[in-house]
Amino acid sequence: MIEIHEEKCDLCGCCVGVCPENCIDMTESRISIVDAICTSCRKCEWACPFEVFKFKNDKVRLKATA
Amino acid sequence: MKDSYDVIIVGGGPAGTTAARHAAMGGAKVLVLEKDREIGVPVRCGEAVDHEGLAPFIQPDKKFIASEIRSFKLIAPDGTVVKPNIEGLGYVLDRKVFDYELARIAADEGAEIVTKAYVDGVEKRDGTVTGVTVQYQGNRLKLRSKIVIGADGVESRVGRWAGIDTTVSMHDMESAAQVTAANIDVEQDTCCFYFGERYAPGGYLWVFPKGNKTANVGLAVAADRSKQKHALKFLEEFMEEMYPNAAVLTKLAGGVPCAETLEKITMPGLMLVGDAAHQVNPVSGGGIISGMIAGKIAGSVAAEVARSNDMNLLGRYEKEWRDSLGIRHHRYYGIKKVIYKFRDSELNSIAAEISKLPEKDQTLGALFKQAVVKHPLLILDVMKLFFA
Repeated sequence: MIEIHEEKCDLCGCCVGVCPENCIDMTESRISIVDAICTSCRKCEWACPFEVFKFKNDKVRLKATA
Repeated sequence: MKDSYDVIIVGGGPAGTTAARHAAMGGAKVLVLEKDREIGVPVRCGEAVDHEGLAPFIQPDKKFIASEIRSFKLIAPDGTVVKPNIEGLGYVLDRKVFDYELARIAADEGAEIVTKAYVDGVEKRDGTVTGVTVQYQGNRLKLRSKIVIGADGVESRVGRWAGIDTTVSMHDMESAAQVTAANIDVEQDTCCFYFGERYAPGGYLWVFPKGNKTANVGLAVAADRSKQKHALKFLEEFMEEMYPNAAVLTKLAGGVPCAETLEKITMPGLMLVGDAAHQVNPVSGGGIISGMIAGKIAGSVAAEVARSNDMNLLGRYEKEWRDSLGIRHHRYYGIKKVIYKFRDSELNSIAAEISKLPEKDQTLGALFKQAVVKHPLLILDVMKLFFA
């Protein structure tokens, strides 16, 4: 699962730009991830300039197909 | 704020307010919605522009120019300095004041601007975008418009909500960090660029002077090459090594979509401009001027669409953008792909060859010739770009 270190976040939108599932919500004061849509692809974690995201395990969750 | 406009623009950066200005000049009723509480803040930008690009939009003015740039230094991984002979003038802007000015000019033309207005969706009917939903002062409002212009930056969510895939690929996204530092000794008329794996893999590091011993020191790394070490870490190491006594006045993160323009930048009722449309120079990462160029075209076309109710006119924006800058960005993108393949050793030897030349011959052209010598495939790639 993903952990968001909001105290490090600068709200730059880089993570939103790379998220292929469009599951990161960003207002003028905070970001949040819609867990139900997130596939744990980790692109946000890698793209973030400030290391805001930490994935707890490496297991990639596949999108539900049924 | 009313409930209906000709043109609603989401985002109050240079692309958005330039679109607003030109839509209003064309007679449209225009609303700009900015999610932050103030236009121009926070700044997410190295703030450098060239005079030629800027002047058609706004008279260069001391109040938003932090320093005048008359030379470049390109620094190879081993420290070799190339000082290409560059004619012309550049500026490092004070974006807070600059963005404010652009918004003021748009307002003078009649555009309405509302800050702290958070757009959270678009309204669509029969495949046409018909407005936006916005959270404002505790209420959620539906606003109607003939055209929505998404100028919402690298996030580009307006486009996504409408059904355009605006995702930036990992090798095109540049993950950026920048500090504005005080008490550092830098030449006030020179922009410095550092290249190589140690500074910024898949990108570059910049030092842009801002007057009174201050400078923007920032870097961008390709997102697919920063898994182990993030942009901020690279920057902190550079600052520690080069400017240990600097005071950091601001620190910011950013994402720069160094890609080709999106294939689709319009749909019925919608246009995308600026970073949201990936209209950034893919080599330099510069997006202020190109965003304003796109904003000007989009704003003028939006006004015509509002007047005529003819959505077919949207194609004119696509065409005019491609004819003016889109094609050039396509070529630059090909060059970028080659540049990013260079290893540090190759960059060092290119710089060594160039620095042997007399100073007047150290031109960007000479640099390119050396790059071709080191990497003959480059010429094939470039030929493909120009003749394909």
